[in-house]
Amino acid sequence: MTFILFFEQLLNGMQFGIMLFLMSAGLTLIFGVMGLINLAHGSFYMIGAFCAALIAGLTGSFWLALLASLIGAAIAGVLIEIIIIRRLYRRDHLDQVLATFALILLLSEGVRWIFGAFPLYLNIPNILNGSIPLFFDIIYSKYRLFIILIGFLIAAGLYLLITKTRLGIRIRAGQNDRQMISALGVDISKLYTIVFAIGAGLAGLAGAMIGAIQSVEVGMGEPILILAFVVIVIGGIGSIKGAFIGSILVGVTDTIGRVFLPNFLKIFMESANATSMGSSIGSMLIYILMALILIMKPSGLFGKN
Amino acid sequence: MISEHFFNKWIWSLLLIIPICGLIFDEPYYITLATKVIILGIAGVGLNLALGYCGLISFGHAAFFGVGGYVTAIMSYHAINEEILFNWPFDIFGSSEMLIIWPFAIFISSFFSLIIGLLSLRTSGVYFIMITLAFAQMLYFFSISWPNYGGEDGLSIYMRNSLPMLNTMNPLTFYLISLSWLLTSIYISYKLINSPFGMAFQAVKQNEERVKSVGIETFKVKLLVFVVSGAITGLAGSLYTDLNRFVSPSVLDWQTSGEIMVFVILGGIARLYGPLVGAAFFIILEQTLGAYTENWQFWLGLILILEILYARTGIMGLFNKKKTI
Repeated sequence: MTFILFFEQLLNGMQFGIMLFLMSAGLTLIFGVMGLINLAHGSFYMIGAFCAALIAGLTGSFWLALLASLIGAAIAGVLIEIIIIRRLYRRDHLDQVLATFALILLLSEGVRWIFGAFPLYLNIPNILNGSIPLFFDIIYSKYRLFIILIGFLIAAGLYLLITKTRLGIRIRAGQNDRQMISALGVDISKLYTIVFAIGAGLAGLAGAMIGAIQSVEVGMGEPILILAFVVIVIGGIGSIKGAFIGSILVGVTDTIGRVFLPNFLKIFMESANATSMGSSIGSMLIYILMALILIMKPSGLFGKN
Repeated sequence: MISEHFFNKWIWSLLLIIPICGLIFDEPYYITLATKVIILGIAGVGLNLALGYCGLISFGHAAFFGVGGYVTAIMSYHAINEEILFNWPFDIFGSSEMLIIWPFAIFISSFFSLIIGLLSLRTSGVYFIMITLAFAQMLYFFSISWPNYGGEDGLSIYMRNSLPMLNTMNPLTFYLISLSWLLTSIYISYKLINSPFGMAFQAVKQNEERVKSVGIETFKVKLLVFVVSGAITGLAGSLYTDLNRFVSPSVLDWQTSGEIMVFVILGGIARLYGPLVGAAFFIILEQTLGAYTENWQFWLGLILILEILYARTGIMGLFNKKKTI
């Protein structure tokens, strides 16, 4: 019984972690290549979810909705990069934080204006509804399994993109020395726009996939954005590998901690206290993990220097 | 161009005229609103020390604002219910005396800023921004999931805490109390900035390596600024709880951190009165635009972006082009 519960929670943690990876991969790429700290990344998560809800409402197709989230968020990313973000690359971090904070206000209120304040809902297609038996007696939600699968596919795709393609070479070169690759004749501002669009698109896709489990509403992006920050601080800023390992670590720790900490504390104290204490500490667990990793390695697990 | 000194005199006369107008026209609401501006201004003055003068971009000052607020509410809650607050290592009772609550709020928010500072200051740059944000978020989630003090619903204290011989429920009295704290915090900042220690932390903002090479331990300098900054913001949180007679997890929200930062930047970074001007502008915008549209924050966002892209000196810089460091 406990083993089955544990395994289920482990899968839930993986699913959560994979979603965090879609967010933090973009965030860490954007920081690594352009040196930009982008608070508005959560807004693309929200924009993706709203695009998906809109298209699902018009066509009734979940698959088109997923595609729309990816494309819609990427287009929004391109537009915002060209109009505003581009001017921030040379500024200091404070300006970047404030401008992207202002962007959150702008985008959140803009979406609220267009779609209203009520949450929208996305339906999971029939083929992914229900559960599927895995090995032993474990039964698990098909949709969550689908999310894990998509996440791994995207992680593999990103890996191939970065290591095997021409674009990937340019991105890595951009991380190492921005001036050098522009001197070598690479159109750096086009590269920046592409990287930003990739990041925004991935965030949008994550938003749409989670939007189908939870609801699609304004402000849905910010809690997950802050978790993505924790992830890239743990993994080391600029490292995609770090973002992947950090995401899984954070996802699993958070899920397992919330479920098992109250039970664990019941061994030492009476059950009412253990439940409230366990849930409080459980919600702080990832931050404690972050603090511990920082004490040992201030630049994160895979960070440079 | 108006000199900053002259501008500050205008600010002071406004601070005295507003409550008098409120009394004459019998509009206590405006006095309360002005009190809110002042309290948020104090929070900004606290952040300005770390952010403006020492270059520590803390995105987590909501933590200290919230801790100050919660300490105040919890002490007063225990005093109302006549429950003991702690019985270890010695008995501590709640209190509804501001003179007891203030030192506690300041002490405990300094303690939190010491711990958070010790951990976060090991890093710098973007890491520092994200880590301060993450720690504030950790306290936010703690306040939501800890059921003893209202959890998500927050905690009401019904009556403002009291000061001897004063009726703090009178809006004007509470306004003057907050005003004297604003004066005190600005005075402390002024004294600090012009002290040798102040020279050191302003130098850290410009070039930390050089300060190190002179033999100053910059980590200690930064930590001390961070603690003082957190303490001032914590005091503002305490006053804010008394103003609303209510505290909820929203004071610990990341948006609160962002807003305190916005006060500092809108008003003018590294200027003594900047945060106050920024807070005033913020509240005026909320009151005027908010009357016309629910989406007033859209316009706030637009103004902020324009300011950062084109007018980086803040409101005070529009009148007085002092070169800021």
